[in-house]
Amino acid sequence: MTVELLEDFARMREVSIMKIKDAKETGQKVVGVYCAFCPQELVLAAGAIPVSLCGTSEKPIPAAEEVLPRNLCPLIKSSYGFAATDTCPFFHFSDLVVGETTCDGKKKMFELLQNIKPVHVMQLPHLSEVAASTELWIKELRRLRSYLEEQLNTEISDNAIWAAIEQINRETLATKAICDLNQMDPPLLSGLELLTVTFSRHFSNDRADMLGKLEDLEGQARGSEIVASAGRPRVLLTGCPVGIGSEKVIRLVEEAGGAVVAMENCSGYKTLELLCETGGDDPIVALAHKYMRIPCSCMSPNRYRFDLIEKMITDFTIDAVIDLTWQACHTYNIEAYSTGKLAREKEIPFLHLESDYSASDVENIKIRIEALLEMVG
Amino acid sequence: MAVVGLDIGSVAAKGVMLDEGRSHLVLVPTGWSPRDAGKLLIDSLLSRGGCDSDEVENIVTTGYGKAALSYGRAASEIKCHARGIAALCPGVGTIIDIGGQDSKVIIIDERGRVLDFAMNDKCAAGTGRFLQISATALGLDVSELGAAEQVDQNITINSMCTVFAESEIIGLLAQGTDKGGIVAGIHGSVGKRVAAMARRLGIKGQVAFTGGVAMNTGVSRALAEELGCPVMVPPDCQFTGALGAALLAQEG
Repeated sequence: MTVELLEDFARMREVSIMKIKDAKETGQKVVGVYCAFCPQELVLAAGAIPVSLCGTSEKPIPAAEEVLPRNLCPLIKSSYGFAATDTCPFFHFSDLVVGETTCDGKKKMFELLQNIKPVHVMQLPHLSEVAASTELWIKELRRLRSYLEEQLNTEISDNAIWAAIEQINRETLATKAICDLNQMDPPLLSGLELLTVTFSRHFSNDRADMLGKLEDLEGQARGSEIVASAGRPRVLLTGCPVGIGSEKVIRLVEEAGGAVVAMENCSGYKTLELLCETGGDDPIVALAHKYMRIPCSCMSPNRYRFDLIEKMITDFTIDAVIDLTWQACHTYNIEAYSTGKLAREKEIPFLHLESDYSASDVENIKIRIEALLEMVG
Repeated sequence: MAVVGLDIGSVAAKGVMLDEGRSHLVLVPTGWSPRDAGKLLIDSLLSRGGCDSDEVENIVTTGYGKAALSYGRAASEIKCHARGIAALCPGVGTIIDIGGQDSKVIIIDERGRVLDFAMNDKCAAGTGRFLQISATALGLDVSELGAAEQVDQNITINSMCTVFAESEIIGLLAQGTDKGGIVAGIHGSVGKRVAAMARRLGIKGQVAFTGGVAMNTGVSRALAEELGCPVMVPPDCQFTGALGAALLAQEG
């Protein structure tokens, strides 16, 4: 598909850097976030710009390995490496960063990151179905609210939070509408196009503008001519986060003649069904309930992830499932057993890949992807 | 009309030509140029069969080197091994293939279609490379390992990592440990690693062992012990991928 708006998304990171620089000069604050669990609504309600800092490039990993162990997930090493080498403009412009105790690696990395920038770490409870978890998470959201108020020298009103909730709900719906275009056969967007949109939106400095682009893109895509992906095996990618720079599996699938029509991961569909309730008395409670439902493998049990995968297999008429685990991500690695079981029960070819951001295993992965696609049909 | 299957592996390049009910097999070292190895295979197959290149109706290529070839239709090694074994050994449901740089377990149905598969991650443990490095540390050629093992003297090799296993072997030799026992331990290490991968996938039907490493009787012994079931090694076990490719070429 060739749509000009796709180019806008492809350029969004670059354009935002300049705009964020200008905004900083007028006194606006920037808050770096590492993960889908960070309630960005609070950052927006504080009048600051939230930017995504999750590392998706191999480039700063050697620098990170001067401090962090080599046998650690590439996402954590990349994130830390960007900070340590000051090569990520979004980290550079961040006044402070917010992290969460999603996994052990990140938790301890954030301790080291404190030496570079002010870091606020939220304690994310991991037992998803226990009342005490939600209570703790509500307290953690209140603690973040106070921290942001203090650090950014502002007051975060309930009304401002409700307005930010509306904004993010609309972004979520608009992004989901774009992802759902690929339920069509042939899909309207290639996997790389889809990733460009869902990943790049997290770097926008101007949320209203970005929302407009999302809504326009959906309309334009519906009217576009479908070219490349007809008749290709339809692949669902699930597992660890994938971004621009760490998209090698998507690229390899599409080079081997498949089409990644949907992604159940952080920058993809994982959070797109999760809208925040807007009818309650307390926006913090509403937010806490929304974020506790994110089906990350750090949560236990993590039933919703498997319900979501099952639903996506049907909705997107999936022919094959790939579960990608980044090296040393124990929780996704273990859940891959259950994903495989689910796919096999539905008689859908399944492939579990354990990899990192480097190109060293590309040939090996290529063979597996080719064989997986051959199993379809 | 003839058909050709080429399997350009990391160490050896294998070619099979099927021509009017006759089959011709050629193996050459892949060397540094998969393209030259492919050309050499085709030339040798044509001279063996006494036919011209225009008599070759269809070519299917597989193996790491297939991307370097500008002719033929490419198919994955996994599909080709499955197809080859279904023709050679009916009744086999599980294929264990150990080549120069990877090991695979493939589960197939009775028609040779792939139902599931697993491959080693980027690590030489459980591959031909592991055996080659171990053989070098013992001053043996990799082809001599099978005959050199002494199972009753078996020494367990603890390191799965190829590099650490090499140091472990050098350490054992320094202590004066019997070579035959070390060799048995090396085979046991490969067998254990690959059997675990097969068990994770679930063994189905009879088990066939293919690839260059299947020529090593010590590894097939160790695999059978680890799996607790017989492991059959088809004749010309190095050629199953190329044969499968040729059969796919025949099917058009």
